[in-house]
Amino acid sequence: MTAAISVSGLVKTFGPTRALDGLDLAVREGEVHGFLGPNGSGKSTTIRVLLGLLRADAGSASLLGGDPWRDTAELHRRLAYVPGDVSLWPNLTGGEVIDLLGRLRGGLNEKRRAELLERFELDPRKKGRTYSKGNRQKVALVAALASDVELLILDEPTSGLDPLMEAVFQEAVNELRGERTVLLSSHILAEVEALCDRVSIIRNGRTVETGTLADLRHLTRTSVSAELVGAPSGLAGLPGVHDLAVEGNRVRFEVDTDHLDTALRALVGSGVRALTSQPPTLEELFLRHYEDELPAGATEGAMSS
Amino acid sequence: MTGLGSLVRLALRRDRLLLAVWVVGLVGITLSTASTVGELYGSPESRQQLGATAGSNPAFLAMLGPLHDASTTGGVLAWRWGVFGALLVGLMCMFLVTRHTRAEEETGRLELIGSAVVARHAPLAAAVVVALSASTVIGLLVALGLTGLGESASGSFALGLAFASVGWVFTGVGAVGAQLSESARTANSISGAVLGVAYLLRAVGDAAGDEGPTWLTWLSPLGWLEQTRAFAGDRFWVLLLPVALFAVLVVAASVLVAKRDLGGGLVPTRLGPARAPRSLGSAFGLAWRLQRGMLIGWTLSLFVLGAVYGSVARGVEQMLEANPALQKIIAQMGGAGAIVDVYLASIVGIIALFSAIYVVQSTLRLRTEETEFRAEPVLATPVSRFAWVGSHVLFATVGTAVVLAAAGLGAGLVHGVRVGDVGGQVARLVGAALTHVPAVWVVAGLALALFALVPKLASASWAVIVVFLVLGQLGPLLQLDQWAMDLSPFTHIPKVPGADVTAAPLLWLTLVAAALTALGFAAFRRRDVG
Ligand SMILES: Nc1ncnc2c1ncn2[C@@H]1O[C@H](COP(=O)(O)OP(=O)(O)O)[C@@H](O)[C@H]1O
Ligand SMILES: [Mg+2]
Repeated sequence: MTAAISVSGLVKTFGPTRALDGLDLAVREGEVHGFLGPNGSGKSTTIRVLLGLLRADAGSASLLGGDPWRDTAELHRRLAYVPGDVSLWPNLTGGEVIDLLGRLRGGLNEKRRAELLERFELDPRKKGRTYSKGNRQKVALVAALASDVELLILDEPTSGLDPLMEAVFQEAVNELRGERTVLLSSHILAEVEALCDRVSIIRNGRTVETGTLADLRHLTRTSVSAELVGAPSGLAGLPGVHDLAVEGNRVRFEVDTDHLDTALRALVGSGVRALTSQPPTLEELFLRHYEDELPAGATEGAMSS
Repeated sequence: MTGLGSLVRLALRRDRLLLAVWVVGLVGITLSTASTVGELYGSPESRQQLGATAGSNPAFLAMLGPLHDASTTGGVLAWRWGVFGALLVGLMCMFLVTRHTRAEEETGRLELIGSAVVARHAPLAAAVVVALSASTVIGLLVALGLTGLGESASGSFALGLAFASVGWVFTGVGAVGAQLSESARTANSISGAVLGVAYLLRAVGDAAGDEGPTWLTWLSPLGWLEQTRAFAGDRFWVLLLPVALFAVLVVAASVLVAKRDLGGGLVPTRLGPARAPRSLGSAFGLAWRLQRGMLIGWTLSLFVLGAVYGSVARGVEQMLEANPALQKIIAQMGGAGAIVDVYLASIVGIIALFSAIYVVQSTLRLRTEETEFRAEPVLATPVSRFAWVGSHVLFATVGTAVVLAAAGLGAGLVHGVRVGDVGGQVARLVGAALTHVPAVWVVAGLALALFALVPKLASASWAVIVVFLVLGQLGPLLQLDQWAMDLSPFTHIPKVPGADVTAAPLLWLTLVAAALTALGFAAFRRRDVG
């Protein structure tokens, strides 16, 4: 497989802020690649460099075999972009913006346009200023997903969508799987898990982990709390179970995701009345695995140290 | 009102530089004009002569208003700088109010504040308090400064308070305008149009002559400034009118705030087309959609302004043929040649400055698109940076010629009808207006270069216009050195109609404009976007 995006040692500073600090990223052709990192970790900055909007201070980046800074117009014919902060022209309707962006890219797939509008339940006759954040995002998503391009670059595309629309979005991306390369930035682990073939995790402008979801499974941990019919038994000794707390018939613990199965079997043995489980948040993941690699106190933002 | 205090403090901190520039600038210009007038017209005789000539000249009446009493320096100052100074105070207040109400709402920042503990009316009240204080401070400093220069205290306060009162009215106008529209740009256009109408109403009323509709002056807040008659009777009671209008406008604005949703306008936005028209499919098509409203608005406004100014020209001829003293004064305003041509040349000069406002607005549209994150999605398509900038610059460049030609057409039509030579006057005045195109292009080039090289300071282009305005309008009066006058591109334009047109300065200015524009294009290709 060839690389759709390959970035190495990328550095970008804004005054004293070191937004990118030697970032690496490799996206293979045809895959859905998750670009995961907490707020301020440099996702949008990386994407802007890839789009030729920002000029990197050091490092190299190549996009669809070209140089993002020099071959802009040529490369932009082959990609569609959804910004993290979609802002529309107040006087243009959503439908007009979709057509405009589509035409600027060289044309839209009319059938997909109509279909996506319906699925996203978006009224294209409303003026830009009257759309909510989520609806502005839908406008940009319809324009991008209905374009016949090789590469989709989506910067936190679901941050304004409700869960129902998020499901529509995931469905739409799944339909395109294999036909398009997708770079999907997000700070939500669960979203990336649901969609992506491979993931790169960044922190403070640096890549800390990259691989398939299975590769990263060891990193994640699920918190489980359950109310059982009888007293819990057999959990204490299990591998991968942490922070076990038992209170009568109630039990709370955390379990490494690759040991989830055994832990649940142990619960079922005692009879389950109620069960809630929570996927780990990205922040928890970072706290657990990368704490010592980070400068003290830096929980957000990529400040230079 | 919960949150009012902290919002006012926030606004003052954000705007401390801007406010300082406005206050120091306006007070400084007013006081330095006063002291220069004092030197130039030091003797009572010279002032009497000025009063005898300028007081009855319709051209001056239309541009500056009546000279009620030339026996004191203050009286001359009130005439020469009163309307223009007040116009600037009004602009300041209206910009301030929009900036802290509708503009904040549009960017969503107000939503953030609104979700904190803040009363519903607090943001509007804070904006009004800031604008009101700024204009009042300017008025008081002018009053104290003039008193300090030895003018009568009563007259100084009459003029200072009259300045402030125009600020109060346009604080109110800005407050209402900000409620009507969903965009700050439109809000400013609404308030700006009210300011323009206020100027024109008093221009027509003042120049109407005894049988004409002189009462029009009383419909204009700028007319009230004249009617206060600072240093000529000091009719403080006239200031009750702006105070009353301010109160009405602020009450109206607060009623409107209560009636509408945050972020919404008063008139609910109607649905539009679901599909884009064929024309909206390129960078140029987009620029046309974004720029056309501005271009049409300015074309119509300058046509009307040209017509109003043009309607006065014939009267100038009739009244002044035998008045050498006045000829000298008009010459000082920047002209040479036959007396009507001097008048026409000076109005064309003023119109050219107005068109510079258009061209900066049009060019800075690029910056707005960038800061509002609307440039990014366009530049992520195959549209090149060159094409994106070029599509807007094209409007600024061609638009300059369009708005200037419209003003020349308005003046030429009206003046032509009155002197019975429509074809000839239209050609002459359109030609004269278009002669200023290269100077306006230099302003456009400066704005573009600032946008490309130091984007954060792009709005300094406005300061450039104010500097050129002061150089052009007050430079001869302040007897500035020639090199200072030469800084303004408008100084180099021949005083047409009347003067001979030589190609050299026009070519030079065009070259300078082209160089600045090229610099802008080149610098923008190299810099970060966003
Ligand atoms: N134009 C800019 N000027 C200054 N700092 C910036 C700019 N853009 C981004 N940053 C800073 O760079 C860092 C990375 O930001 P960003 O790439 O937007 O992060 P993310 O998209 O992952 O949330 C942040 O600390 C942010 O404040
Ligand atoms: Mg981001």
